[in-house]
Amino acid sequence: MSKSLRFLLPLALFVALVALLFFGLGTDPRKVPSPLVGKPVPQFTLPTLQDPKRTVSDADLRGQVSLVNVWFSTCVSCRAEHRQLMAIAKESGVQIVGLNWKDDKPDALQMLRQFGNPYHVVAFDEDGRVGIDWGVYGAPETFVIDRKGTIRYKQIGPIDQAVWQETLRPIVDQLKAES
Amino acid sequence: MIPEIGHFALILALALALVQAIFPLAGSFTGSRAWMGMARPLAWGQFTFTLLALAALGQAFLTDDFSVAYVAHNSNSLLPDMYKVSAVWGAHEGSLLLWATLLAAWGAAVATFSRALPLAVIARVISVQGMVSIGFLLFMLLTSNPFDRIFPMPPEGRDLNPLLQDFGLAIHPPMLYMGYVGFSVAFAFAIAALIGGRLDAAWARWSRPWTTVAWIFLTIGIALGSWWAYYELGWGGWWFWDPVENASLMPWLVGTALIHSLAVTEKRGAFKSWTVLLAISAFSLSLLGTFLVRSGVLTSVHAFATDPTRGTFILIFLCVVIGGSLVLYAWRAPSVSTGGGFTLVSRESFLLANNLLLTLFAALVLFGTLAPLIYEAMAWGKISVGFPWFNMMFLAVMPFLALFMGIGHLARWKQDEPGRLARQLWIAFALSVAVTALAFLPGISAGHATVPLGIGLAAWLTFSHLTGLYERLRHKRGLRGALADLTGNSRSYYGMLLAHLGVAVLIVGITMVSHFGVEKDVRMSPGASQEVAGYRFQFEGAQAVNGPNYRAHRGRFLVFEGDRQIAVLEPEKRAYLTGGMPMTEAAILPGLTRDLYVSLGEAVDQQGDWALRLYYKPYVRWIWLGAIFMGLGGLLALSDRRYRTAKQRVQAGDTIGAAGTARI
Repeated sequence: MSKSLRFLLPLALFVALVALLFFGLGTDPRKVPSPLVGKPVPQFTLPTLQDPKRTVSDADLRGQVSLVNVWFSTCVSCRAEHRQLMAIAKESGVQIVGLNWKDDKPDALQMLRQFGNPYHVVAFDEDGRVGIDWGVYGAPETFVIDRKGTIRYKQIGPIDQAVWQETLRPIVDQLKAES
Repeated sequence: MIPEIGHFALILALALALVQAIFPLAGSFTGSRAWMGMARPLAWGQFTFTLLALAALGQAFLTDDFSVAYVAHNSNSLLPDMYKVSAVWGAHEGSLLLWATLLAAWGAAVATFSRALPLAVIARVISVQGMVSIGFLLFMLLTSNPFDRIFPMPPEGRDLNPLLQDFGLAIHPPMLYMGYVGFSVAFAFAIAALIGGRLDAAWARWSRPWTTVAWIFLTIGIALGSWWAYYELGWGGWWFWDPVENASLMPWLVGTALIHSLAVTEKRGAFKSWTVLLAISAFSLSLLGTFLVRSGVLTSVHAFATDPTRGTFILIFLCVVIGGSLVLYAWRAPSVSTGGGFTLVSRESFLLANNLLLTLFAALVLFGTLAPLIYEAMAWGKISVGFPWFNMMFLAVMPFLALFMGIGHLARWKQDEPGRLARQLWIAFALSVAVTALAFLPGISAGHATVPLGIGLAAWLTFSHLTGLYERLRHKRGLRGALADLTGNSRSYYGMLLAHLGVAVLIVGITMVSHFGVEKDVRMSPGASQEVAGYRFQFEGAQAVNGPNYRAHRGRFLVFEGDRQIAVLEPEKRAYLTGGMPMTEAAILPGLTRDLYVSLGEAVDQQGDWALRLYYKPYVRWIWLGAIFMGLGGLLALSDRRYRTAKQRVQAGDTIGAAGTARI
């Protein structure tokens, strides 16, 4: 390498870095997916929120397309997306399974009484251990599960009208079309 | 009214920065002393106005002026006053204002404490700092004005993120920013030298104290961040290789290389263009860190502001500042003389080796941090580079660093004989080998090969530096001679010694806590006990308590060592009144050789059972102790008389003419 080229090397590296960062700006960091995407749902068995004697397990997520929504009652964003979940439950008929995460049971039940219950069933993950297996980072998070029980998408952050219409719904429709 | 004054002060600061960036620099070329003379007053004016803006924002916080959007989003009338002050830099806009203020403060400090420097140098340095200021002030005024009002004014503020309501985090950002921004001085000196074409020992001597100060702040800032994460996040971890932590580590690594490289340039006139490149890189990485945190390019625990417009602005700013400097470097550096030659076995070689290792590790950290982005850009799929990868790289590079560190300080400049070094170091080496062998005993190493490695390297650093100290004092006359040495001209030597021993202490801490820490997740009923690493934790139950702006459950634990009760620990689980995730306040019994750590998980049932985490953290304090040693070492080096006498020498030999351009 000639001498003056050697001094251009830092500049060249920096240009490559800028190109990369510029690319990074154009992509949505929230799309950085869970390592679980493409993998079967983690095994779990949890009591339901309403009735500790009944249980929910990963088996309940097989056979139909489901959304697994992680929430807790004092989480502001969860409350914000609740109305949208109600709309989804009514409109699309996709099975929504709640994972009530590290919550206070009376508060959680109160919230469902007050704002309605969009969930087919709610698993009560009191100590957050199942949440750890699912790689839950903070509520709300929503996983899209296909018929075979494979996680196909993870939505971090609340679902609003736009997220549902533009992102989740196409995925759900596509998964429903898969046999 | 006062927020408008703050806003106006920012605009004035920008106006001053524009003048500051142009006139002194232009004056240094035309030889106009009047224009160059503007540099100092402008730097002070810049500082005055940014400080005024910062004070105005502080006043808005203290008086609960929720008509200011930033205050409404980050404060609350119930927030304790101390956190109202720290909330000023608790989020994006305010932390930028702090950045800009500190940048101006460094500029004012350069203007004040560099009276002995040639006027042309000062003019150029301050001009370069003005250019950086323009970027930050424009960024703030265009995309992130902390003084924006909202209407209607909310009756109550949203409160400061509870994670940030903590003493450690109140002082962590200012420290860290002082370090980041401090590298702007080394950067400005380097750019000024490239512009002026004068890269010599004098330039290195001027830059050294400033760089050391910045490095001390950064060292302490990073340690504070690590300490905060340890006790506040409730996971008991002290380093997570989180993108934001990496963003502070990279400038530190390069800055550490820089202070060593500057030493070579000052003493031997070697490594000139490499030193300049390091000075540019250290500050560039500080800016890049800001970009990574602010733009949302990478997701991170710390990401509190993600906004693409801001990201675009910072990226353009990065291109101008870093790209511009590197162009200047590519243009000017080839004509720099190579300076003093040296042979393979010499202090220069060892310092160069460690420089390369530090830079290599910084590059690896950068790669690991950006890897998810690289993979996505190349459409290779998604990866996540985590803990294990960074740890592996750390283990692959850092042991060599410690190995060379033990030799470099004893080696002579320019040329040394391997035989002489071996004669001096063989005892230290033999002792370290013995310690390593001892640590291999299964009772000590518990089967981890990295335990003897870490302990052995720490021993090597300690023994070899003690050897160096012995060799140094052997020729002094008795205790009095030794004391004279300490108080005399060689404080920088003792600073080096202390900082390097700090590294040994840090290695011990990391090794011990990584391998012998015990973590136990348990469910406990009131009255129950749990044994962890020989300590018995007795749970007395948890009670509801009320804080100023939160409600909490406070657990009570009696800790016994044998039959003796040694502490009462009261961890808390807090729910802040403004909502959000509950916060864990761990309770810690600190100790020099071990910490005991309890954090409350969740209440499991109505009977008062709790899910809990109990930790035993051996030698974890040594990690931060090591950082404190390094910081104190830096301070000691800074107080060396050489820097004070250097000033006079420079003044006497002021050769750079007012129009001293392109003299390489």
